[in-house]
This record gives sequence, C-alpha cells and structure tokens, in this order.
Amino acid sequence: MLEFSAKNMSHRELNFALRQLVLSGEREIRVCGVCGHRYLGTGLPGPASITVEGVPGEDLGAFLDGCLIRVLGNAQNFVGNTMNSGQLIVHGNAGDIVGYGMRGGSLWILGNVGYRAGIHMKASHSQTPVLIVGGRSEDFLGEYMAGGVIVVLGIGCEGSTRPVGNWVGAGMHGGTIYVRGNVPGHRVGKGAKLAPCQEEDLTQLEVLLAPYCREFGLNLAALLGDPFVKLVPASPRPYGRLYVSSVGEC
Amino acid sequence: MRNYLLPEFRIIIGPECVRCLRCVRECSFGAMEVAEGIPKPRNQRCVACRRCAVFCPTGAISIRPLEVAYRTNSHWSERARQDILRQAQTGGVLLCGAGNDLDYPCIFDRLLLDASQVTSPSIDPLREPMELVTYLGRKPVNVTLETRSDGSFRLTSQLPPQLKLEVPIIFGAMSLGAVNLNVHRSLARAARELGTLWNCGEGGLHRELYQFGPCTIVQVASGRFGVHQQYLDIAAAIEIKMGQGAKPGIGGHLPAEKVTPEIAATRLIPVGSDALSPAPHHDIYSIEDLATLVSALKEATHHTKPVGVKIAAVHHIAAIASGAVRAGADFLTIDGFRGGTGAAPKAVRNHVGIPLELALAAVDDRLREEGIRGEVTLIASGGIRHSADALKAIALGADAVAIGSAALIALGCTLCQACHTGRCAWGITTQDPELAQRQDVEEGAARLVNLVRAWSTEIKEMLGALGINAIESIRGNRERLRAIELGEETTSILGVKVAGKE
Repeated sequence: MLEFSAKNMSHRELNFALRQLVLSGEREIRVCGVCGHRYLGTGLPGPASITVEGVPGEDLGAFLDGCLIRVLGNAQNFVGNTMNSGQLIVHGNAGDIVGYGMRGGSLWILGNVGYRAGIHMKASHSQTPVLIVGGRSEDFLGEYMAGGVIVVLGIGCEGSTRPVGNWVGAGMHGGTIYVRGNVPGHRVGKGAKLAPCQEEDLTQLEVLLAPYCREFGLNLAALLGDPFVKLVPASPRPYGRLYVSSVGEC
Repeated sequence: MRNYLLPEFRIIIGPECVRCLRCVRECSFGAMEVAEGIPKPRNQRCVACRRCAVFCPTGAISIRPLEVAYRTNSHWSERARQDILRQAQTGGVLLCGAGNDLDYPCIFDRLLLDASQVTSPSIDPLREPMELVTYLGRKPVNVTLETRSDGSFRLTSQLPPQLKLEVPIIFGAMSLGAVNLNVHRSLARAARELGTLWNCGEGGLHRELYQFGPCTIVQVASGRFGVHQQYLDIAAAIEIKMGQGAKPGIGGHLPAEKVTPEIAATRLIPVGSDALSPAPHHDIYSIEDLATLVSALKEATHHTKPVGVKIAAVHHIAAIASGAVRAGADFLTIDGFRGGTGAAPKAVRNHVGIPLELALAAVDDRLREEGIRGEVTLIASGGIRHSADALKAIALGADAVAIGSAALIALGCTLCQACHTGRCAWGITTQDPELAQRQDVEEGAARLVNLVRAWSTEIKEMLGALGINAIESIRGNRERLRAIELGEETTSILGVKVAGKE
C-alpha cells in the first residue's frame, strides 16, 4: 500500500501521479487530502485499487475501465460517467447524473444520489452494469435506461413514498430497477411499469446486495426481509410506432 | 383506411427492354416485380433512386414524376398535400433521410470569388508551389523562442496537439448504423490515402478499423455508444457531438431493426435493441459542464490529442461557439441547416437551424472580436457541394470543411431520402448484407480519393487565380468575396461587399 497526499496538487498532477504509480506496478494506493479534484481515476490503466480520503470533484472515474476506487467521503456530480468496467464505491452521498451511460462494472453509493442517476445505463454482451444506492434518489432515476440493474434501498426513508423521486424510468427500454419500499404509481415515468418481485428477483438481489452490505457493514437479511418493488420497461420499443416514412409506399 | 396517395413517380420501361430482369434484382424497394417474364413496375414503391435505370443494360428505363395535376396552388404545394394525407392515414411523425430539400435561398450561390487581373499577378498552381496543408488543433496565443548561437531559432514553448491535414477537406461524421461498415471502410481508406481525417460518427468504431485510428475522429455523443478507453486511445481526435445541422436540438433513434450483431458489438448494446440518443448530453447543461466533458476527455487521453465540439448552426451560434472555445474545444465543427442525416423528422430537418454561411461569418467575427479566433480550428459542414463552396466557406472564416452528403453521392447516393428505411439500393445506408455488398470498398475509396483530389486541384486553381499561394491566406479573407442579390443586413453579417463595390 502506497500513501500520498493530494494537497496542493492540481487534478492533472494528481491523475498524472496516480498513472505513474499504476504504470510502475503499484496496485494499492491511498490518497488523502482530496478536495474537489476532478476526473479522479480517469484514463487510469487497471487493475489497481485506489482509496480516496476526502471529496473528489466531478467526473470521478469517468470512462473507468478496470480499477477500483473507494471514496471515504462524499462525491460530486457525474460519478462513473460512461464507465466500462471496474468498481466505484462511495462511503457517502453522490450528486447528479451518477453512472451516466455506464455499460459495465459496479457503482455503490452508501447514501443518497441526486437527479438522473443511472441515466441511459446499458447492458452489452457479457456486461451488466450495477448501480446500488443505499439512501434515496431524486427525480428521473434510470431515465432512458437500456440495460443493467439499479437498486435503491431507501435506508432512512422507511415508511415514506420517497425512496425515489418522480418520473422513475422515464423512457426506459431495457434493464431493471429495484426499490426497497413503496413506489406510488404517480412517480413512475412514461415508458416504465411496476411489477411484483418474484423469487428469482430476490435471488438476484441477494447476489447483488451481499458484497454491498459487507462493504458498508449493513444487515443483508434485514434488508432482504423488507418488500421490494420492481420497475421494468413497459415496452422494449417505446418509440416503435411513432414514425411514418415520408417517401415510398405509405 | 383507404389510401388516397398517388405514387410520386412513374416507371416507364421502353421497347429496348431485353427482359433480363436486372432491374427487378437491383430494386430493393420492391418497385419492380415480374409478371409473365417481364418487369412490372409498382410505382407507389418507387423512391426515384435510379438504381434500376443506371444498371439497365439497354437503358430502357425512365422514371418520371407521376403526371396527375393538382390545381395549381403556390401555397399548398403538392408535397404539402401529400404529406398531410400520409399523416392522416398513419398518425406518424414524417421521417426522412438526407438533407433539407426546400427552396431556401442559397447564400453560397450569391457569393462570388475574386481573381487577380493586371495589377496583381495570378499564380499557375500546376507549375508553382501551392500550399493546402492545414493544421487541426488549438494554437497557442503566443510562443517562446530560443535563439541559438548560429542565429537560428528553436521553439521552446510546448504546442498543443496538432493534426496535419494535407487538404482542407475532411469527411464528416456518419455513424455505423446510419451507414454500413463498407462505407466506413471506404472512408477510412480514402482519408488515410489523402492524408486527411474521417469521422466515425456517434455509433462507435468497428474494431477492424482501429488500424485507421491515426486518421480517425471519434465522436462522443449523448448516447455514449461505443465510447470506452480504447476507442478514445486509438483516435487521432475526439469530437463531442452537441448537435447536427439536419436536426438541431433533437436526439437520434436507431431502430432495433438496424441493430445487427455487427452494430451491436460496435455500439456495445444488445442485438435488436433500440439505440436512443438523448436530445441533450445529460452531463452538459451549461458551458461549464461542456468544459468538464472536454477536460474529462483530455484527461482520459493524457492531453495527447485535440478534443473538439460539433454544434448545429442555430440562432445564437456565435455566443455558443465562443463558449465552446472557452470550454477548451480545440476544434469546432459548425454544421449548417443543409447538413444530411440518416433519419430525422422532416419538420425538423426542413425548418430548424440557419444557413452555414451566416453562422460561419458570425462565429468568425465573434471569435475575432474576442481575440480567440486564432486558438481554435473551425470546420464548416452542411451541404458543401463542390470545391467553390469549400473555398467560399474558408473565405468566410473556416479553416477546413467537412463533407458527408458529397462523399455519399460519390459512392452512388442519389439523395432519394430513403436512408431511414434501411433499404438503400446503393448499399450505403442499409445494414442488409446483400445490399451492403453493393458497396465495393476499394472502388468506394478510389471514388472518394478522386473526388477530394479533384476538388483540391480546383481549389489550387482558384487560389492561383486569386494570386494566393497558401490556403491560410484566404481563410477569413472576406475581402476576396463579393455578394449579388443579397440584402444589406445579410451582407453586413457576412462581412462581404456587394459585387461592383471597390
């Protein structure tokens, strides 16, 4: 384990230092003093495990491909932007647009996330991205979702209707969203529909949540004992019948 | 519901027909059927793509507009009346391909180039040096030099990454999905041979074409299709697609039928799923956010390559362009309202956006006023039809032009506007393997190389006539343009004098 401080470093200097360390074979790195450094871990060749003390800036782990980044603090907007593989773990809250367009790897947030979390997540071939939020999410969770799995545990909002905001899954045409607790119909976005959780859903949830609960010291059995609802696409082709050709046969 | 639409075209088979049925095999729209051994037209399916006529060995086929008169009405065009029927019968959004086809005034056709006479000699480019090389990338505001003991100079400041273009013409972004892999193969080969760039568009880059990385601009659009570290690593430059001239402000939608295994593997999405590009990038709601993505891409590629931004020409283009340059864009592509598309709602394609010429002049002026024009490479695209359009665009302020429709026309496209149907008879905008093989990769590359070489020679001829021996001397040199039949305000925005004025 190699440790250094990012204090007085610019984001470019910090990323450069991290890249040099990983390229020189360092596999476990701990950075303290992180304060608003953007693009942390972007362009970092994996595999390596980076522990971050402090609050990284926007685009944490953008285009992440194989590294593990663990943040002991909050994160800002665009966490895991277009990430391809690897793991992002935030021991705190995260801002808006978490996991935009992510197509692989896993993104674990202990606390709450802002607007449009998991927007346009997509599965691809052997890859299935996973976003797990311990707290609640704001509006437009899983908008345009095309694949992958989002889980919102709603810890701390038990009994309320607010584990998720409004327009959940608007424009969704693939993937699955699980929410622990209640999602009233008026919060469901156009394109998504509520479905009851089946046995195989609970099995999948257990597989996804077991390592998450170990990371954050949460009680897996207690969480799984509570009811979950599932959101799935109302249609895989939400816009299939929208158009007519302006040329040729009508 | 009864169909009130008449066919648009009438296919006529002349007496020269030898009943070889080639036309039946060539027509991918089902507009030619066989009845008792002879080809039988089905006019309502014809899109006038000319494939059958071009391939008829005896030249027996002609295609004419169906001559059934509507009472003349200059307001209610035949097209408008037919479109209403189409929508009344289906309730659908009218979808079309190619570019805006309405009869808006063409400013390029109202601009004329100067030439030297008597007092300043013209140059013969066939016998004298003529420089077309253009560098794409951010230029420093100032540089520092070191004087060596022998009196020579050495550049001591580090230049931002630059890409050398042998000609001021690049190929515009066309995604795998909009066009097929054979078209990408031809574009990539042609760009490499010409010493210029092609742009793989927003649908990712097929792994087979990674070897063409050094001449490839890769796009990052709102759907983030096929965007991953290796894609960014192998590219010569990265372009953030904010907008497209054919459909400013709206997203894209590649229907599931077009998502073949090849396209799915390139876009990194499941086979047979709809590929939706959201209208905005949801991580960009401001210039500051744009700066964040520009920086993220530069950080991801260790500041080794230019990162640009493509925007559609719209009303506040000058302010947007200024913001994009300040956001760190090393190059800026401005796509005018004549730009093409694989599919767009017709209402948007035909009525949203502004002409390239005005946008370009406005952007060039604004960046000059702010003292940042020199920092960015401006690329103009959207309906560049020939070398004179290209040169006029450069004289209005562009560093280079990007061609899309012209490149496809070189490959056989006839602008029949049926790209979105996926049945392109010329094998360009279809993913049907049998149709796609109509595009011969080597021949396609040769056609593209021929086109750009011919345009380059013509540009040299025109530069020579202007008495200029380097393309950079005409860049933004609007004194060498004159306008005819353009209003006072238009010429003032263009910064061009009226023809006849000293």
